[in-house]
Amino acid sequence: MQFRPILMVAAVFGAPLLAGEAVSAVQTEPAINIDNFSFAPAALVVAPGTRVTWTNRDDIPHTVTDAAGQRSFKSSALDTGDAFSYTFSSPGTYHYFCSLHPRMEGTVVVK
Amino acid sequence: MASTHDTEDTNPADRRGFLKCMLWAGTGVLWTVSGGVPRSSLLGGGAMAAAPDAGDLTFMQISDSHIGFSKPPNTDTAGTLREAIQRVSQTKGNASLLIHTGDVSHLSRPDQFDTADQIVSGAGLDTHYVPGEHDVLDEDGKSFFERFTKGAARGYYSFDQQGVHFVGLNNVQDLKTGGLGNLGQAQLDWLKNDLAGRSASQPVVVFAHIPLWTVYQDWGWGTDDGTLALSYLKRFGSVTVLNGHIHQVMQKVEGHVAFHTARSTAFPQPAPGSAPGPGPIKDVPADKLRTLLGVATIRQVHGTAPLAIVDTPLSA
Repeated sequence: MQFRPILMVAAVFGAPLLAGEAVSAVQTEPAINIDNFSFAPAALVVAPGTRVTWTNRDDIPHTVTDAAGQRSFKSSALDTGDAFSYTFSSPGTYHYFCSLHPRMEGTVVVK
Repeated sequence: MASTHDTEDTNPADRRGFLKCMLWAGTGVLWTVSGGVPRSSLLGGGAMAAAPDAGDLTFMQISDSHIGFSKPPNTDTAGTLREAIQRVSQTKGNASLLIHTGDVSHLSRPDQFDTADQIVSGAGLDTHYVPGEHDVLDEDGKSFFERFTKGAARGYYSFDQQGVHFVGLNNVQDLKTGGLGNLGQAQLDWLKNDLAGRSASQPVVVFAHIPLWTVYQDWGWGTDDGTLALSYLKRFGSVTVLNGHIHQVMQKVEGHVAFHTARSTAFPQPAPGSAPGPGPIKDVPADKLRTLLGVATIRQVHGTAPLAIVDTPLSA
């Protein structure tokens, strides 16, 4: 297993967010789970400066890839238990997907 | 025009959108191409296709070895690949070559490639690979192409064997958001050019990782521009399309085109829509696993003989 310290942090602070509520507090680190070939929650609203962490709970590797032509983030392939974090500093709507399984899609709205 | 017949049906298989035969078990497929009509039979199965005439082309297919995967239902994917290769060695007969339709490794790691290479070479057959999405995770697939598709820097290429034209395609890179498998314009242009000027009577075998036909869109089991690629093949009298990716046997015949997907040598995946997602089926009893993994043998037989695609599980 490749649980990194950041993963523990994300698990602790992110747990209440799993139901998919919008995030307003800048200090929390919202967590997005990758499970069963989907991102959960698939839509997330955060304040500028929020660091978001994706953790792969699937048996199959996935990536977190900005769908924009000019990509602002792309994770490497995340194996089971691997996590990827990105801090969204600028407001906007960020559409992302798994570059290996492109029907897996999600959105982070920063406002 | 010689019509292609479906395995169990005596009517010419000119019905479109015909999906038949969703089987599970399999180790590999033995393919024989004789007079332009490919037949396949599962390795180790009782119902082997008729013995090929002298000079007929026979070849074999394995897929989705996922070396590096070690979770339920299979913690020894190297072991099951080894068994599949043993099966290939035992049943290859006069087979000319072996095709691996991708996901050689689970995570594109050099040691996983090494292990796969070392095991597959035990078959003693000239082996032709195409990449799966698991093989191109790093450096845009560079290490896979250097190792497994030498001379084809992007993983697509063609060659001729005993009069049959083989085309290996890469539909696992530069995938579009919300889309399926993807060939891309450069590869489509190459394919069009590769086929131009060839006699329509030359049998063509196309192999790629993700199905070129849409098996199940919701799970991404298809190729966005696959229809375009297939349009270039329309004029040919015998086209066989071999894929992997979905870890189960599926086949259909459309006009002169026979589509077939091979079993994995590593783990089974659910039938389309039968599970919340396409991940591995984890709760396979240990004594059943080998009935869900397999090898395929392909024979090309002359004339209007029925197309027999039979896949062979690692164990019955």
